[in-house]
Amino acid sequence: MGSMNERIRNFSIIAHIDHGKSTLADRLIQYAGLVEDRDFRDQILDNMDIERERGITIKSQAVTLPYRAGDGKDYLLNLIDTPGHVDFTYEVSRALASCEGVLLLIDAAQGVQAQTIANLYLAMENNLEIIPVINKIDLPTADVDRVLEQIDTELGLDPASHLKCSAKEGIGIEEILETIVRKIPPPRGTPESPLAALIFDAQYDPFRGTIVHCRVFEGTVKKGDTIRFLSNQADYEVEEVGRFSLRRERTEQLAAGEVGYVIAGIKTLSDVRIGDTLTLDSRPCEKPLPGFKDIKPVVFSSIYPIASDDYEDLSVALEKYKLNDAALIYQKDSSVALGQGFRCGFLGLLHLEIVQERLEREYNLSIILSVPSVRYRFTLKDESIVYVDNPAHYPDRASILKTEEPYIRATMILPDKYLGGVMKLCTDRRGVNSRMNYLGPKRAELIYELPLAEVIYDFYDRFKSLTQGYGSFDYDLLDYREGELVLLDLLVNGEKVDALSQILHRDHARPRALQACEKLKEEIPRQVFRVAIQGAIGGEIIARTTISPFRKDVTAKCYGGDITRKRKLLEKQKEGKKRMKMIGSVTIPQSAFLAVLKSNED
Amino acid sequence: MRAETRQDPNPETSVRNPQSEIGNHSLPGLYLHIPFCLSKCPYCSFYSQTDLSLIPGFIEALGREMEMLRPTFSSPFDTVYIGGGTPSVLRPFQIEEILRKIRKHFRLAPWAEFTLEANPGDLDFPFLRALRELGIHRLNLGVQSFAPDVLSFLGRRHTAEKALQAIEASRKAGFDHLGLDFIYGVPGQALGPWLDTLRRAITFSPEHLSCYQLTLEEGTPMGEAHRRGAFAFPEEEELREFFLATSESLEEAGFIHYEVSNFSRGLSHASRHNQKYWDHTPYLGLGPSAHSFSGSVRWWNTPSIMAYMNALRSGTLPLDSRETLTTDQLRAEAFFLGLRTARGINLNDFSAKHGENFFREKESVLRKIEEEGLIVIRKGYLRPTRAGLAVADRLAQI
Repeated sequence: MGSMNERIRNFSIIAHIDHGKSTLADRLIQYAGLVEDRDFRDQILDNMDIERERGITIKSQAVTLPYRAGDGKDYLLNLIDTPGHVDFTYEVSRALASCEGVLLLIDAAQGVQAQTIANLYLAMENNLEIIPVINKIDLPTADVDRVLEQIDTELGLDPASHLKCSAKEGIGIEEILETIVRKIPPPRGTPESPLAALIFDAQYDPFRGTIVHCRVFEGTVKKGDTIRFLSNQADYEVEEVGRFSLRRERTEQLAAGEVGYVIAGIKTLSDVRIGDTLTLDSRPCEKPLPGFKDIKPVVFSSIYPIASDDYEDLSVALEKYKLNDAALIYQKDSSVALGQGFRCGFLGLLHLEIVQERLEREYNLSIILSVPSVRYRFTLKDESIVYVDNPAHYPDRASILKTEEPYIRATMILPDKYLGGVMKLCTDRRGVNSRMNYLGPKRAELIYELPLAEVIYDFYDRFKSLTQGYGSFDYDLLDYREGELVLLDLLVNGEKVDALSQILHRDHARPRALQACEKLKEEIPRQVFRVAIQGAIGGEIIARTTISPFRKDVTAKCYGGDITRKRKLLEKQKEGKKRMKMIGSVTIPQSAFLAVLKSNED
Repeated sequence: MRAETRQDPNPETSVRNPQSEIGNHSLPGLYLHIPFCLSKCPYCSFYSQTDLSLIPGFIEALGREMEMLRPTFSSPFDTVYIGGGTPSVLRPFQIEEILRKIRKHFRLAPWAEFTLEANPGDLDFPFLRALRELGIHRLNLGVQSFAPDVLSFLGRRHTAEKALQAIEASRKAGFDHLGLDFIYGVPGQALGPWLDTLRRAITFSPEHLSCYQLTLEEGTPMGEAHRRGAFAFPEEEELREFFLATSESLEEAGFIHYEVSNFSRGLSHASRHNQKYWDHTPYLGLGPSAHSFSGSVRWWNTPSIMAYMNALRSGTLPLDSRETLTTDQLRAEAFFLGLRTARGINLNDFSAKHGENFFREKESVLRKIEEEGLIVIRKGYLRPTRAGLAVADRLAQI
């Protein structure tokens, strides 16, 4: 074992959303002196605008913290930041595969929540050292004793092993760093072995090509080496290696135990796959490292460019985007109403919204997403089975023998006073087989089996508002169950808009169709003519509404000085129309396609 | 009474006199902004102020501006429009001086149209007679209403009686081309009384009528009062009713509804000057806040009498800003301006100037709005119908 490894610790911070993960990461970075205090900004690892705006972490980020410990020795602590939202469990598993230990962060006021437990299980599956850390102890509502009891009874961990901190106030930071050094084991592996490095992320740089982020488990990689991707045997010569100290910092080599990046002039984007193993051409390792948890997209939607000329740009953007977000899967698709596009699979609705926003911001695209759907299973009369995640591919009604939809097991932890409202929500969403346990005097765990389709859109929002933010939610996929499904089409001025079609349960068809029509009415701007909106199953119209037209809208005076002003107004209105799609003679905004699934229950 | 020929607004059938043939909106127009008013109307956002002692200095500055802008257009002007502000606050000798300066610095077509805007409160027979003798033959009176409550809401300084007298005096002074301006859609105004005002106007057989829906402008006292909730503005449906009823009753009375807010007794009485704004003919604007257009560049003067006079005194042009229109901007303007006029858009001309693709791309929407009765596409023209004019701003966004 090389002496180098003794001085390395690879760790992650895992937590329920909003328990203060990014703030703790900020403090650790500041303590390590990577940034001058005056250059510091909050959420320093959250590079994306969208992460800062939403106050969430979406992408795993790595940073190397130099630290001189109490024993007088210098250590390199590799922190791999992880997202907290339930949609991004996949990113968490990628981060954990590169670590030896985790800080399990728990909010002193809120206590153990659903994702605290889910993330703990992930860490246990990876055999990681777990250090419970109680955060926000400075809050007036902090109840450390209660959290200690939860650590014991709900998490099954030794409460004596816990640390206390306030990341916001900078209390307890040194203690955390010391404990990382003392309790998390140094990485195993020897620099002399054949190279085996796990790719946990990648980034596209227009000048340097694809930059691979990896954790080296065995061997050493340096400039001039010829590396090989094990999955496709593609070879590249290494131009630069280094580690992350907020920016890339070039080093001589990356050896077993280290976390860093490799630049090798990789222009073929598809050669790099997250989860793949990197080795050397001269002395390859025998077998790939165990990869990550399988990615299973659960929500599907098609992406179309608003201007059909932008199809090629969208195609290139998706290829680059995927490098950085392995969870997105896509294939070509086309729509009568929207033209050429891509059918995409997402981890959840938040993931879908993030992808949409990032494609627009980072690639400057104007896109429309069709109504999200889950993947249904149809048994046809010839006994064949087809999976359909795109309403456009709904089988001929006469040929269907059996229709099935995916179910999940939803696990919710909430104060018991909200039980009534949440149980009603679950029943309304066709939830079955409920179970309820008390975790403490006023805290309940509620488990329901629910059709995934009922959860994908606004279930989480509704749940959060019903529990006033005190409830937490997590889910696993269960199985397919029979349900009577129908295809709802929406017609705008008599024209079917295929991208608005959705598959739903027959019992809900009529109210949902009406709700979709009303949502469209809110979303579609008034036009100069009356717009009829109809919901139909087969040929039968089951819901309708109309948008009344503009009746009077013309500037009275339009002389010399008015013309420029008028034109500027038109230009502004046109700018707004960039996010709208002309279908037939009606302009439909991008937002309409996602809005039709939203309920009016508030 | 003057002989009247009812003319079809359709250009291909209309009878045009040789003058308007030559001046078929291709010669530039000259606009003068007289930035003086006796009192400010609370709804008006045009630049003016009430210190009449500045008039002599202003006229001097105007002369300098003309001198400096003399080389701007090589063709003669075939319209001179004196607007404001309130040009009728000027004394006849001051108007004479301005006209003399114009004739000195600019070439004018022999058939040039001379228009002056006037407040009925300023007009008596001798003044009108003097104007007529100076060669002003088109007079535009800001009557606004014959209803006392409406006049008072609008903060006008003249009464209905004074307006009636002014109209009669104008006729007597020899103005055979009289335009009357009205405002409708005033809070509290019902359709009936508005149509009474219109009927009364028609009894004078004006050659031209402008009927403007009241527009609340940001920054004006009326606009601000509305923002504070001082009064309710009529609803869209009611405004539509006003608009359609105005158009119908005036067309019944023999007027041509040739632009959103403009009506004339026969096309020869349409405002040749204003038409230039709507078909991208170049124009030169003089005076504070006046706009000019060369065919591709638009520029405008500073909206301040002091800054205007100071600049010219020191030998610089009183420019506020300018913009060079891109081909896309020119096309967008041509489209929305064309949709405001009964003449509409000549499809061949438009395509020749702005490209073939525009109408091709919009074919399905155009067909839809034609089915809806908002436009008519016939004989090479795209024209708004009456219902189309009511929503012309929206049509421009397709």
